[in-house]
Amino acid sequence: MNLYDLTVRQAAEILRKKELTSVELTRAVLDRIEAVEDRVKAFVTVTPDLALEQARQADGRLARDDAGPLTGVPGLIKDVICTRGVRTTCSSRMLEQFMPPYDAAVVERLNAAGMVMVGKSNMDEFAMGSSTENSAFYPTRNPWDLERVPGGSSGGSAAAVTAGQCFYALGSDTGGSIRQPAGFCNVTGLKPTYGRVSRFGLVAFASSLDQIGPMTRDVADTALVLGAIAGHDPRDATSVPLPVPDYLQALRPDLKGLRLGIPREYFVEGMQAPVEEALRRAIAQLQHLGATVDWEVSLPTTPYALAVYYIIAPSEASANLARYDGVKYGYSALDAESMWEAMEQTRQHGFGPEVKRRIMLGTYALSAGYYDAYYLKAQKVRTLIKQEFDAVFQRCDALITPTSPTIPFKLGEKVSDPLQMYLSDVCTIPVNIAGLPGMSIPAGFADGLPVGMQIIGRPFAEETLLRVGYAYQQATDWHTRRPPL
Amino acid sequence: MLTSQEVRHIALLARVAVSDPEVERLRAQLSSILAHFETLNQVATEGVPPTGHAVPLQNVTRPDEPAPSFPRADILANAPLQDEDAFRVRAVLEF
Repeated sequence: MNLYDLTVRQAAEILRKKELTSVELTRAVLDRIEAVEDRVKAFVTVTPDLALEQARQADGRLARDDAGPLTGVPGLIKDVICTRGVRTTCSSRMLEQFMPPYDAAVVERLNAAGMVMVGKSNMDEFAMGSSTENSAFYPTRNPWDLERVPGGSSGGSAAAVTAGQCFYALGSDTGGSIRQPAGFCNVTGLKPTYGRVSRFGLVAFASSLDQIGPMTRDVADTALVLGAIAGHDPRDATSVPLPVPDYLQALRPDLKGLRLGIPREYFVEGMQAPVEEALRRAIAQLQHLGATVDWEVSLPTTPYALAVYYIIAPSEASANLARYDGVKYGYSALDAESMWEAMEQTRQHGFGPEVKRRIMLGTYALSAGYYDAYYLKAQKVRTLIKQEFDAVFQRCDALITPTSPTIPFKLGEKVSDPLQMYLSDVCTIPVNIAGLPGMSIPAGFADGLPVGMQIIGRPFAEETLLRVGYAYQQATDWHTRRPPL
Repeated sequence: MLTSQEVRHIALLARVAVSDPEVERLRAQLSSILAHFETLNQVATEGVPPTGHAVPLQNVTRPDEPAPSFPRADILANAPLQDEDAFRVRAVLEF
């Protein structure tokens, strides 16, 4: 096995035993980036100098026996998460030159844990998209088939994890942006419960839905990284003051006594047959591991979640992105004549088509005369979606669904039809609407391309998801497969 | 179907300049997405309270303690235009 394909835990073990230094490990990853990045395009910025400096510091900690499980292990941060002194672009012209004056809370925590940051990952502009084709710079390619998308919006993070360009990555997830690309790239990706991880320093898209989470090569690594980034932060008033459990303790090889539900609405029309077959095999495996499986679960409001999401998320985005006015930071149309012209031209040229589309959708949904019909209505249906989940979790410990109804699609295939692109997130969106934790894990291949299985749990029951995923990965080897790059 | 005039009005509210071809493209795309939103009318919501976010936290407060601000130079470093330690802006009121 190649050094760059190890799990975080394997890499940390090699460092702890002093078989390699963090500098050597980091060089191996930087070499891998050099070798494949031309084809994958997972990064907006590669930071070799910073990474080697952090690796030297990590080696100091390792020598003093002052190291934790992440110390000296190269990681990657989605370019929507602020990193002090390293430009943070959101893959937008608007922020192409933006240098954050502070670190996001998750970056502070990872730095304290001894992170070696190899760079910032490509994404759909401002995290709006499902294919990473909305990056203002270039699309990221799926390492399993370079003609196909890696999913999005955290497509750079997912592609880099599967391609060996980092050992773990952070993504952000507003409607599926961690889980859908994880599913498309054969990666494990977890969106924590809303409030579990601080959003301080996460560039805001839709504040009632956004959450940061880990993307890794297996469930145990996800448990490890989640433990490092989770916890209360007074700078994010929506972060919840609950203690962070030791997630690694939740990992057990069997599922005895666990009740899993299969909500029938998630086996949607338009779901590809090989995806459904892979998922049914995976569910049989979970049963074999001791879980009881209930196929009679129903969440009847599910078909309306997409409309709810595409009202609420753009509405919040239209308010959040009002800050890009060309005055305080970011792109500015300097040759415009008046204040209004400068603002309107800044936003015309600084934002790409999808961002403008969503800002305008949200502006419309919130405008006088339409607020009740769109925004308020969506918030009421949101209540129903949440109540249905609450009721189902009275009799199920977790729900199993596909992560996405299709295998990764081809670049360009859905670009001209926004609604078709939105349908790619139909299985992940309800989880954000209800604020629940959700995780995608590799569950097989269809036509040689990865299929993801989504596990959904009760609020703050990340341990249940990790337990299900870990047991599954003890019995299967899908997650160990790497793309032929 | 939205009219071109409605699209231009939304763009004005959002403070985004739009070209003529953009107006036509947005008219078709926004209209098809808005048509999908109509499906929500099939859901009965009388007496259902709205949900703003899914976590039951209300009115989170903290002690109001003074703390140092960011250094002025750090904040101004990203400014497109600056003048004498301040952001330079265009005239808001014209006389």
